[in-house]
Amino acid sequence: MAMLGALSFPPIEELLEWKDMFGIPGFNKVSLLCVLSSLIVIVFFLMAGRRRELVPRGVQNIAESTVEFVENSIIMQTMGPQGLYWLPFLLTMFTFLLVANLFELVPVIQFPATARMAIPFPLAMFVFVLFIAMGVKRQGVGGYLKATLVPPGVPKGLYVLVVPIELFSTFLMRPFSLAVRLFANMLAGHLLLVTFALLSAALFTKSIMIVLLPLPVAMLVAVTVFELLVAVLQAFIFTILAAVYIGEAMNPQH
Amino acid sequence: MRNLFELALVLGQQEKGLGALGAGIGYGAAAIGPGIGIGYVVGNAITAMARQPEAAGMVRTTMFLGIAFTEALALIGFVVFILLKFT
Repeated sequence: MAMLGALSFPPIEELLEWKDMFGIPGFNKVSLLCVLSSLIVIVFFLMAGRRRELVPRGVQNIAESTVEFVENSIIMQTMGPQGLYWLPFLLTMFTFLLVANLFELVPVIQFPATARMAIPFPLAMFVFVLFIAMGVKRQGVGGYLKATLVPPGVPKGLYVLVVPIELFSTFLMRPFSLAVRLFANMLAGHLLLVTFALLSAALFTKSIMIVLLPLPVAMLVAVTVFELLVAVLQAFIFTILAAVYIGEAMNPQH
Repeated sequence: MRNLFELALVLGQQEKGLGALGAGIGYGAAAIGPGIGIGYVVGNAITAMARQPEAAGMVRTTMFLGIAFTEALALIGFVVFILLKFT
């Protein structure tokens, strides 16, 4: 193990905390990636919509299949046809998160913007406020609280137990788990990639230990493919959960 | 058992070590339940898809939702691990 002298896992601050850029206090790599992913999404859809053709080609083709994916796999499955009103919002959220997650695998950048709580948390709070506002708008304050806190078919004696659980799970656990799910998935993926990349670098020596080098490299390739899946899946899950929450607030019995 | 306790006492003199011990055991324990749960979710989803291939799209969406809810527990365990280990 002495041969592995070059292997030293850096402290976590080094992996996650970035210096300010362009001399603006508080504007670091994560902020830059956030701005960049918004710009990429805006430019992508502007380019797709610039010349609308009946038979889509190139960028327009990709954009149309993205819209159809969000429409068919997310909205139709969870909210039904009346949820199509939310298509622009959910589409923007999905594409933004997808680009921000995929920065994890882009060479040179190699950091998902969503691996810091500053990006998932405001998005989760936004969804939280939105679905409460939708519920109150559709059913009124009392009706929304009743529909959320008291599931139908529960005997009156169990209200003491059910109401606090529903209160906790809807108004506390939902935004928390929505944010933590995205954040922890991307952070875990980033740490996995860092671990195997460091192991590969440490084994890249002139000593006999180099015979072990294929193991971490193979693992690094496998983890990269897995992270590609996770990045797409987490963007999808965040969006579909937002759709489920909003849809549930609109139609309580659904 | 006694040895583990003594080890914990020795490590307790440096609370970092105790934190690392708790982080490792805690994350391992937090991963058991969600592992079993995700297994059930995916297994039953595959059964449903095999029985009714025409409903595969709907089952897949619901399966991802179920995985997401189950997985949240393991991820909270991971966050606790990070907090205990690195702060």
